[in-house]
Amino acid sequence: MADVDVTQELPLPIERPQPVTSGPLAWLRANLFNSIPNTILTLAALYLLAVAIPPVIRWAFVDAIWNADSGRACRGAGACWAFIGDKLRFILFGRFPYEEDWRPLFVVVIFVALIVASCDRRLWGRRLAALWLAGLVAVGVLMRGGILGMSYVEPELWNGLPLTLILSVVGMIFAFPLAILLALGRRSQLPAVRAICVGYIELVRGVPLITVLFMASVMLPLFLPTGMTVDKLLRAQAAFILFAAAYLAEIVRGGLQAIPRGQYEAADSLGLGYWRRTRLIVLPQALALVIPPLVNNFIGAFKNTSLVLIIGLFDLLGATNAALTDANWRGYSVEAYVFVAAIYFSFCFFMSRYSQMLEREFNKGKQR
Amino acid sequence: MTDTAIETQPGEPIIELRHVDKWFGDFHVLRDINLEVRKGERVVVCGPSGSGKSTMIRCINRLEEHQQGQIIVAGIELTADVKKIETIRREVGMVFQQFNLFPHLTVLENLTLAPIWVRKLPRREAEETARLYLERVRIPEQADKYPGQLSGGQQQRVAIARSLCMKPEIMLFDEPTSALDPEMIKEVLDVMVELAREGMTMVCVTHEMGFARTVADTMVFMDRGEIVERGPPQDFFANPRSDRTKLFLSQILAH
Repeated sequence: MADVDVTQELPLPIERPQPVTSGPLAWLRANLFNSIPNTILTLAALYLLAVAIPPVIRWAFVDAIWNADSGRACRGAGACWAFIGDKLRFILFGRFPYEEDWRPLFVVVIFVALIVASCDRRLWGRRLAALWLAGLVAVGVLMRGGILGMSYVEPELWNGLPLTLILSVVGMIFAFPLAILLALGRRSQLPAVRAICVGYIELVRGVPLITVLFMASVMLPLFLPTGMTVDKLLRAQAAFILFAAAYLAEIVRGGLQAIPRGQYEAADSLGLGYWRRTRLIVLPQALALVIPPLVNNFIGAFKNTSLVLIIGLFDLLGATNAALTDANWRGYSVEAYVFVAAIYFSFCFFMSRYSQMLEREFNKGKQR
Repeated sequence: MTDTAIETQPGEPIIELRHVDKWFGDFHVLRDINLEVRKGERVVVCGPSGSGKSTMIRCINRLEEHQQGQIIVAGIELTADVKKIETIRREVGMVFQQFNLFPHLTVLENLTLAPIWVRKLPRREAEETARLYLERVRIPEQADKYPGQLSGGQQQRVAIARSLCMKPEIMLFDEPTSALDPEMIKEVLDVMVELAREGMTMVCVTHEMGFARTVADTMVFMDRGEIVERGPPQDFFANPRSDRTKLFLSQILAH
């Protein structure tokens, strides 16, 4: 291509008239009004928004009452946020002793800090694991007390947001490794191991979580030797772990099945052996593949913790329900549920953003 | 690649297959296979597809199990004993048709993984060795890329380097150039010829007859699960004895 005759006159390219491609108007035309059906849909959507949004804003902000001493003083057309203000402490921490408020508050802070720290890739590995271990020990000590001059608080009174976080976070931490073992076991060459894993997964998956919780809270004590008691919270926690593990195991198995045989053979031919092959080659790839369904399941498990309400544990939702029974503040359940929904949502939204970050991180190697 | 054959002084037998039989279900893939490979010997296995060549070399590091007969590698007989299998696999490198690099690890990590975890080398030492071998397969600049970012030929060279980092006694090649675009075959074969020059014991399943002529001490021709013919390449190419070998050679060398 070096000897193109540049002196030769080339015909000038004829400029094609360019449509307007920038500016808000062009954007609107390209995205919202680019065809007749789209135009109709856009107009219909605009109409619905116009009908729906102003009343919501009026209820939530304009007509809302932010300060009131009791439910009666709060009656009006708008939301009664005064109720949340009054009950905030109870919704978040339930019946935990009032004078010890700082302890559950600190627990929530620890959880949030741990979760945020997990986002930092530089910390991944032993340091993060150590951080989590220390964090969870601190959570246990803060909730339980009895040492370091803190008064003992029985698990019955661990309510509200800390309970929700303990059940879900501790649940996932234990359920996930168990799920990996179950998934590996289900693909094992050993018939006995395989049978146990298949049996476990199918049995637990076939039963509603509520049933598992009931069994843990009502039936289990019947089977234990007399005099031996296991705390109700611990039983619920165990039920959660066992239940979540069965679901997660199937997701992990899906990832395992997607790993080509060549990867196993390459690892084998290097003499890695089963466990190193699994840990270094198979699992990192398999888990990266199933991040979306895993996080989906984590989100589900997080919200499922609200079912402990049924066996008499006061998690975030349970404490909210309890707050609603105050005779002084009758009839503000919408405000209460909107508030807890916002709390649940912020945690779930964070999880979903986190999973997107992880996916980007793990897909680096696949881009050419 | 040059046409002058590489000289060797074969030593002790390092791979021995004695009366090996294998079935896939009812299909008899390997029939009474007897093969001896000496230290430093280069064996090229050829034959039509489905003849059991790949299965045979995959039996040598027990990626496939044989059902009858004996396979002895570096003095150890292959049985169901996992410890022995892992010992043998440490000494036997394998290069696959589909490269089978670990896509979630960088090239350097692919190379250092087994030395660090299996040979227990310190990371720094493993990385030094890895860079040395990347140099030798002529892609030192790709160390920090991921396998997916390399061409097929580069990936296969990384795969060869990955095996070499374990300092194996024996290298097995299972159709290493069959999945490559034609223009990349040479770069891989060049690396293999160099390896042969250095005296590596090699068993290669390949259709590259030019390569076979250059490096092979022994040609092995397989058909329908049997070793039909074997011998030094001069004889093998010039005067094949069996009709099946003649037919195969005429088909593969026709153009």
